[in-house]
Amino acid sequence: MSPVIIYSMDISQLPSRLLENAVNEFSKLPGIGKKTALRLVLHMLNQPTEDALSFANALIQMKEEVKLCVKCNNITEEELCSICSSNVRDESLICVVESIKELIAIESTSQYKGLYHILGGRISPMDGIGPRDLNVDSLEDRVVNNVVAEVILALSTTMEGETTSFYIFRRLEKHKVPLSTLARGISIGDELEYTDEITLGRSLLNRMPYHGK
Amino acid sequence: MNIKSLSLVNFKNYNSLDVSFSDKINCFTGNNGAGKTNILDAIYYLSFSKSFFSSIDGLNIKHGQDLFVIQGSYIIKDAEENIYCGYEKGKKKKVKRNKKEYERLADHIGLIPLVMITPSDISLIIGGSDERRKFVDGIISQYNRNYLYDLQRYNKALLQRNYLLKEAAKTKSNNDDVIEIYDQQLIETGNRIFEERKKFTDEIIPVFQKYFEHISMGYEKVQLNYSSSLYDKGMKVLLEESKAKDKIARTTTEGIHKDDLELLLGEYLIRKLGSQGQQKSYLIALKLAQFEYIQKICGFKPILLLDDVFDKLDSSRVEQIIELVSQRSFGQIFITDTNSNRINKVLNSVNDNYFHFNVDNAQLTKVYETD
Repeated sequence: MSPVIIYSMDISQLPSRLLENAVNEFSKLPGIGKKTALRLVLHMLNQPTEDALSFANALIQMKEEVKLCVKCNNITEEELCSICSSNVRDESLICVVESIKELIAIESTSQYKGLYHILGGRISPMDGIGPRDLNVDSLEDRVVNNVVAEVILALSTTMEGETTSFYIFRRLEKHKVPLSTLARGISIGDELEYTDEITLGRSLLNRMPYHGK
Repeated sequence: MNIKSLSLVNFKNYNSLDVSFSDKINCFTGNNGAGKTNILDAIYYLSFSKSFFSSIDGLNIKHGQDLFVIQGSYIIKDAEENIYCGYEKGKKKKVKRNKKEYERLADHIGLIPLVMITPSDISLIIGGSDERRKFVDGIISQYNRNYLYDLQRYNKALLQRNYLLKEAAKTKSNNDDVIEIYDQQLIETGNRIFEERKKFTDEIIPVFQKYFEHISMGYEKVQLNYSSSLYDKGMKVLLEESKAKDKIARTTTEGIHKDDLELLLGEYLIRKLGSQGQQKSYLIALKLAQFEYIQKICGFKPILLLDDVFDKLDSSRVEQIIELVSQRSFGQIFITDTNSNRINKVLNSVNDNYFHFNVDNAQLTKVYETD
């Protein structure tokens, strides 16, 4: 049978139950609809068996062997992630981020040599995420049980990000650990006249000393 | 500042139209459905890049056509400015200033200040308090982005807080520590919003009084108050004191989201006891106060659109209003009315220059022009 014929068929009436199962699984992925799922499944079907198996095995192995770092919740195959177990990192700095995506973004700046703490989201009760769903307890433990010189809050400047920062501030203030947050202001290379008023106003309030460079 | 000419293609009931205006008073008379208000709406569109009546641009295209174009030629600060608004079905709306397209529509708003009074604005007087908050917020945030930002943050925090209160009651659990975070945000933004609203209302109330007294010829006593529980206590104290009440009510019972403009006629609320004519007079005085506020901020006179405002008003009030708006303190004015006799009578007493158009089935005929 050629795939073209299936394309023109109603997706809800596929010729095989097994095919239907595979399509359903694919369409659970973010950004994948029923049509795209069917295209991917048909593609897999036309691949040599060993390719399809290695695809499936990669998923199984990843799911079984990838763990979260016990210290910072970063993705790892060991007990500790490569950042936490590194001996060139400054262990007295903790940068708090929402998810692994932000960790990767900060790592790619190569400006930061401290450790991380991944929260696993940001507070938004209406979306069902309260403070207890985030890894704040473990952050507090780290601050209490280690010598920490600074906790850097690297959260989004959205309402939810600010709420989360404020909650962490409340939790950590009694431990007297210095807290800082990322600077908010004009992006590098931006024309001043096109900067929105809120950002420009904030930049002016939080202006910094200039020493000629 | 004034609009010199307007041209329309397939906008609402107009196939095509090219018309020049008087820099003072322009009147449009004609029967229902002729297209009087559509001219006003086109002028409104050039200021706000949207229709006053429908936010769906597709509905503004003449039936059976695929696109509409509105073009206006203005004199702003002694320079000529050409504004173009065009929308084609399935495409992005385009707004251009002197043939250069705007990247953000928001950048255009404020270039051509305009105040419009229509019969549907009466909801400001007789509707719920949210209408009046929207009125106040709309004017302040047009010229104060920080206010708009605070307002958006306040509303978001309020939604989250109310959700938490409902959750706490439903699950019988304690989430005070999270509620506290939102309290903090409500306090920070709420106090600032209150200060701005107070500043705004303090400024427009005397102006409003002046206009209403003129329209009613001093026969009626009116009062306009900004009512807010933040007058007595700061947002922080309000939230602390109402915490227990909020938990029972499962919603935030105090704050700037409960503010209102109290519109009084004598000692009574005008929405309950005022006649339709009195309510309309109140509305016009309020909108004229808005006019003066905007003029003060942007430094020149906004365009004034009066859509069917004379309906339900007695002839002496109509005369008072015309006399008022034809004074030097107002700039270019556009008026629609179904009754051309009424307009003729009042215009005769005005010694300013004016154009009078008759509108019939989307055709404009100039019936009178002062020299």
